[in-house]
Amino acid sequence: MSILVDKNTRLLVQGITGREGSFHTEQMVEYGTNVVAGVTPGGLGKSVAGVPVFDTVAEAVAATQPNVSIIYVPARFAPDAVYEAVDNGIPFVVCITEGIPVLDMAPVYAYVRAKGARLLGPNCPGIITPGEAKVGIMPGFIHRPGSVGLVSRSGTLTYEVVDALTKAGMGQSTAIGIGGDPIIGTSFVDALALFQADPKTEKIVMIGEIGGTDEEDAAAFIKAHVTKPVVGFIAGRTAPPGKRMGHAGAIISGGAGTAAEKIAALEAAGVPVADRPSAVPGLLR
Amino acid sequence: MNIHEYQAAEILASHGIPVNPGRVASTPEEAKEIAQEIGKLVAVKAQVHTGGRGKAGGIKIAKDPNSAREAADAILGMDIKGHIVRKVLVASGVEIAKEYYLGIVLDRPQRRVTVMASAEGGVDIEQVARDTPEKIVRALADPMLGLHPYQAREVGFSLGIPAALVPGFAAIVLNLYKAYVATDATLAEINPLILTKDDRWLALDSKMSFDDNAMFRHPHLEELRDLEEENLTELEAKRSGISFVKLDGTIGCIVNGAGLAMATMDAVKLHGGEPANFLDVGGGASASQVAKAFTLVTADPEVRAIFINIFGGITRGDVVADGITTAMREVGVQVPIVVRLAGTNSEEGRAILSAAGMTAVDTMDEAAAAVVRAAN
Repeated sequence: MSILVDKNTRLLVQGITGREGSFHTEQMVEYGTNVVAGVTPGGLGKSVAGVPVFDTVAEAVAATQPNVSIIYVPARFAPDAVYEAVDNGIPFVVCITEGIPVLDMAPVYAYVRAKGARLLGPNCPGIITPGEAKVGIMPGFIHRPGSVGLVSRSGTLTYEVVDALTKAGMGQSTAIGIGGDPIIGTSFVDALALFQADPKTEKIVMIGEIGGTDEEDAAAFIKAHVTKPVVGFIAGRTAPPGKRMGHAGAIISGGAGTAAEKIAALEAAGVPVADRPSAVPGLLR
Repeated sequence: MNIHEYQAAEILASHGIPVNPGRVASTPEEAKEIAQEIGKLVAVKAQVHTGGRGKAGGIKIAKDPNSAREAADAILGMDIKGHIVRKVLVASGVEIAKEYYLGIVLDRPQRRVTVMASAEGGVDIEQVARDTPEKIVRALADPMLGLHPYQAREVGFSLGIPAALVPGFAAIVLNLYKAYVATDATLAEINPLILTKDDRWLALDSKMSFDDNAMFRHPHLEELRDLEEENLTELEAKRSGISFVKLDGTIGCIVNGAGLAMATMDAVKLHGGEPANFLDVGGGASASQVAKAFTLVTADPEVRAIFINIFGGITRGDVVADGITTAMREVGVQVPIVVRLAGTNSEEGRAILSAAGMTAVDTMDEAAAAVVRAAN
């Protein structure tokens, strides 16, 4: 067990022939992910890392029955790619693309939910169940199979914490990057609910950052529904208000969304918060 | 991206919202001429990308053209929260019967655009939201269908607006929503929206910000950018695909990834130093990106040491190290550099960096401690 992806994952790659898409397809195949098909309009008959390419998701679905899709297409075409995946019945869509306008994401989010599908991201590193499936852009080799579930808004900061866990002998059930945009398909609360229900996950690490109130919502959810131990880390204690810190969603606006508020909310919910990434494994013991 | 009040007013006017007529002046003489044209009491208002102008003395009422000139003379050049006033808006004075707040923003938890309105206008709405949230009326727009007219009316009735005046108010709400969507705004605000003594609605002060990710489809909005208001280094960084935010400390930071970049700043602080900037070079950390980052960071005379934090991941550490040494030579960096390099081939990478005279370590904590020592 694990959450959302595992050895039964049959992955479709949308935008497979692009620079990012082809590079990461090779990486995912090398890791052992079962990549069954790719889509690029006009790409029928090509192959990337031995994966057959189709013109449309409909053709790819008919020929290879994927159950997860990952999207590497540029920002202005990414919402269309999500609609194409969901309309063809793919239940779980991972969108890596960064820079999608917020007003494009609001209908995407509503549509995906109305169709009963799940979206991860956008602007996220993806999801990995170590030893089973890597669906994303994270370096696979830093992960080890184990029982710590990890959820994060960030990319490289997640790798930092995963690396610290692995070096401390703590493997991961699944590591999930939910993304740094203001509107994302899967929230902390969604991921926490999945980890709470997953028998293989024994402990949970949650990595947040400034902006929005998702961490506060997560704290309330943990208090009410999560019985497994949770450890937190919040990036951006030194971030000034009113400035966007790289991620579109990482901004303290109107005095709300500060690291201090998030840390206080988590601690009030009984979640110890590490003051640095390297302190996470110690708090988890 | 932020724009000035007078620019926001022009956008709202083009969407059918009644705005207070006025023109922008950059000299006291111009302000006087505009006041003469208006021919009655005017407001002279500083045009800067920050709030709290009134409290700072950046808004003055002038009863005749000469006092408008004096007011403009006092306001132009004023420093409001670090923003130098270079333009003033000279707008007709109005007799206010009642002030309202009307704004449109993204409700992040709901993942929908929301209307926010309050009968407490002309005040800091964030303060109202904190102290008396029940005084704010909201209406969530459907992400597929938009905002319905009945929702706009509901907001009006909830605020206690007399029935005869609700249609005019609702039209403003709907038009503000249209302006928000049409421009990919992140904020469209009228504060205050006023009712005049002769029962007319008027947007007395407007504010808009836009989604940077959507600027590709709004080239005309890009022209509204006021370069005097922007941090030029931040703008230059953005053109190279680097996220950069200037801070006040002495330790320059160069990091791959936004979350790790924030955590790096926090680590500097935790070890007793002060970060000089936030900087995310983006994925890969190529030699050309690192060289650009060096240029940005060393342009700040306060920087006494540089902390490079790269979690290599898929990118090989020796390639990153070659890039850093090449970039260091190209830019001619004079301050000490501490590099934390992790990921594939990071040992080989650290050997290359040490040979080039940099301090190379493999954990963030060691690197943060070393860079704080180097800066002191």
